Amino acid sequence: MSTKYETVIGLEVHVQLATKTKAFCACSTKFGARANTQVCPVCLGLPGVLPVFNKKAFEYAIKLAIALGCEIQRVVKFDRKNYYYPDLPKNYQISQFDMPLAYNGKITVEEDASGASRSIGVTRAHLEEDAGKLIHDARLPFSYIDLNRTGTPLLEIVSEPEIRSPDEAHKYLTVLKQIIEYLEISDCNMEEGSLRCDANVSIREKGARKLGSKVEIKNLNSFKAVRDALRFEEIRQEEVLEDGEIISQETRLWDENKNVTISMRAKEAAHDYRYFPEPDLVPFEVKEEEVEIIRDTMPELPAEKIKRFETEYKLGHKDVEVLVSRKDIADLFEEVEKNVKKAQIAANWIKGEVMKHLKEKSTDVKGLNLDPVNLSKIIQMVEDGTISGLSAKEVLAVCLETGDDPDDIVKKKGFKQVSDEGELESSIENVIKKNQKSVNDYKNGKTNALGFLVGQVMKETKGKANPKLAGEMLRKKIT
Amino acid sequence: MDNIFFSIDTYRKWLEQADKPLKDTVSFLIERLLSIDKSINAFSEVEGEAIVARASVLGKGAKGRALFGVPIATKGNICLKDALTTCSSRILEGFRPPYSATVTEKLMAEGALIFNGANMDEFAFGSSCEGSCTGPTKNPWDRTRIPGGSSGGATAAVAAGEVAAALGSDTGGSIRQPAAMCGVVGFKPTYGRVSRYGLIAFASSLDQIGPITNNVADCAAMLEVIAGYDEKDSTSVNAEVPRYTDSLNQDIKGMKIGIPKEYFIDGINDDVRNCISDAIKVFKKLGAETVDISLPHTKYAVSCYYIIGPAEASSNLARYDGVHYGHRDRNARDLIEMYIGSRNEGFGAEAKRRILLGTYALSSGYYEAFYLKAQKVRTKIADDFKEAFKVCDCILTPTTPTTAFKIGERVEDPLAMYLSDIFTISANLAGLPAVSVPCGFGKGNLPVGLQLMAKPFEEEVLIKSAHAFEQNTEHHKVRACDL
Repeated sequence: MSTKYETVIGLEVHVQLATKTKAFCACSTKFGARANTQVCPVCLGLPGVLPVFNKKAFEYAIKLAIALGCEIQRVVKFDRKNYYYPDLPKNYQISQFDMPLAYNGKITVEEDASGASRSIGVTRAHLEEDAGKLIHDARLPFSYIDLNRTGTPLLEIVSEPEIRSPDEAHKYLTVLKQIIEYLEISDCNMEEGSLRCDANVSIREKGARKLGSKVEIKNLNSFKAVRDALRFEEIRQEEVLEDGEIISQETRLWDENKNVTISMRAKEAAHDYRYFPEPDLVPFEVKEEEVEIIRDTMPELPAEKIKRFETEYKLGHKDVEVLVSRKDIADLFEEVEKNVKKAQIAANWIKGEVMKHLKEKSTDVKGLNLDPVNLSKIIQMVEDGTISGLSAKEVLAVCLETGDDPDDIVKKKGFKQVSDEGELESSIENVIKKNQKSVNDYKNGKTNALGFLVGQVMKETKGKANPKLAGEMLRKKIT
Repeated sequence: MDNIFFSIDTYRKWLEQADKPLKDTVSFLIERLLSIDKSINAFSEVEGEAIVARASVLGKGAKGRALFGVPIATKGNICLKDALTTCSSRILEGFRPPYSATVTEKLMAEGALIFNGANMDEFAFGSSCEGSCTGPTKNPWDRTRIPGGSSGGATAAVAAGEVAAALGSDTGGSIRQPAAMCGVVGFKPTYGRVSRYGLIAFASSLDQIGPITNNVADCAAMLEVIAGYDEKDSTSVNAEVPRYTDSLNQDIKGMKIGIPKEYFIDGINDDVRNCISDAIKVFKKLGAETVDISLPHTKYAVSCYYIIGPAEASSNLARYDGVHYGHRDRNARDLIEMYIGSRNEGFGAEAKRRILLGTYALSSGYYEAFYLKAQKVRTKIADDFKEAFKVCDCILTPTTPTTAFKIGERVEDPLAMYLSDIFTISANLAGLPAVSVPCGFGKGNLPVGLQLMAKPFEEEVLIKSAHAFEQNTEHHKVRACDL
């Protein structure tokens, strides 16, 4: 992207709310069930049935509204959005048109190096119901319909066209996802479709007031895809303009394999959805007390947590960012810190070993079956010299595997460090004998040779030696 | 044929005296109904075996219940589990809902025998019952005439003595107008008084289920069973239901009855006018006072209704697309062809007309001029009533401007057809309870009905005044089935 143009991006995010039941009936919202097993006359849109609103979805939406600093509508009113599609059995979607539940919020993203931050406006967040899924098989002359997803509550979150770069779009999504995860109102699982994003992008000459023609990009299946597609698109649009041509307003699909966007359909006259108030649902008032009760249940949000961790635990910004990236990790850190009282050491363990295990198993702290008490014990054993750092990693691995008490693991596996001079004596003698060159190097001032020698002692003792003690003994013997 | 359905009470006594196994009674009732219905066509299909089967599972305790063994017709848009529920439309051919309407369940819980699927104008679009895909129902008083509509089948079934009572649905007069034309009582409750769950929607903000009966006492008894909050219907109102039968046999001395000048227009035929003025005299004789009132926005009611009704209908009927159930165009080669073919073949002329009207009224650029404006008018109409009820307890008008017209007479003239609901529409727009009771006969021995409207949730006022009127007149004792 040259400096001649600037990019204007707006994002539309659909989040499936993690309510147990659907928005307007009692069917389960569980993902992955056999097709058409989580349906009832209401979500199937059979004639004569009526929707009954799930207040849990309202509560979740209010949580997000509060987190994004939105204004909250005083009356919850639903509208019908009319369009024909086989995955929409009523051929209208219950949504919110002119009175979105929440509006005028913001999401704050950090700018690059400086640490300064920028606010992106959130135009609106409204409740609606999800559609089903069509399943196509190119070999068949028909398609299947799975209506399990039909009627799942969605929150559509629309940003102002204030995002200025693909990177910023990525950050916006990361922050939004983090907030939603903290609120525990959605799984935010893009693979399962519980978080979906469409991007609107245009470019204009710097300083121009008028917005360029907007292109909508669909089929964005990850945050990376959003960034890559936007990067591709800003360059494509620049090339079009530089060739003296006009950007046509259209919808384009992101092709993840070829890394290009492909024109899907021209945006002719806007779709006429013939919105009108949903007569089957009576609008209800949002009571201030109700909002206050929800506000009281709000967890500490990432931005506040970052600030608190920096001041309370005196940790660096980079460390804190990792710890706060997820609520379960932040909670784990605080539990462990409470026990070991050494913030940096607890942070290092979590950033390193714990994150490694989380990534390997691609799970969360709960899924890892990690008891903070056990992790604290392991760290303490390293700190008081009972076991080596190396053994500790193994103890953690076994602990995660079996759930056994770290003390027992250390005993069973004989990880206890040798911290007795007499016991180490012979090993140290052996190492000195076998590594005369390093001994000489050390004598000649190459201080890091000591590290090598300590390593050899560890090897000799199968990791059981207390490295600190071994180092001291080696130094004494050599000099 | 013996009129065993003079009232629910007399029928129950007959049932008790006959002292036969319920199964035999049910078979007798089915035979009897089929024989009468040959010349009426209130039902296009009676699933006799299913009726017998449902009767056989009535619990032991059912005998003492309010409607034990009472045959009740339900309109073809009221769902009954596993039974054909087609709204007299080809597009729902073969549709059997896997659930029952709340009202049907309530009736069955009281021991009623449900004769479902009574004929109707397709999707309740119409005022003559000629819009049914299975052919028109005939007026029991004159089989060359329409019974009114859209609940024409249910109403004719009551008037012809096929069943003891019926449930219809009323969106703009579809219970009251046929009740007037067939000489029976038709009651539209306050919007939200009766659950709409399981009523196949025409216009969700106007539809309401109500009883059609031989007399006011039966009406009160039926209403008592079906009224009440239903958690499956968010628009049903969570308010206590009075015992409507307690409002029978009450004195109406001092009751103030509003007579709106806008309802006594040139289009009313003389038979109706005379019957209504006689009726007013009866009320006065009973000690009620009449008050001249004005409902100035009445003249906009029909236009307002024909925007809001079709707008909601166009959306409610969008689901009939051949994809999931009902009629499908088997020759379609792709999705769009299937949509178009299925809907084109499945819907009748009036349904198409209303879907087009409604789609237009909601379209971008027309929404403000039509739908929004109609909503504003609707508020004005409701305000007219609020104002009027400051000086009266209920309002008396003719139910229809004319008596039953000839089959075919207005089929080609939708506007003339729409005007037969001119007096009934406002109650739906304002959500008020309203009842039509027989008040005399016009030329050709055709029944005339008078309409009473009351404040929201004051059904008792209607029961009380209608019953007082009925008990002091003879019209309801003359039955089509006795002719």
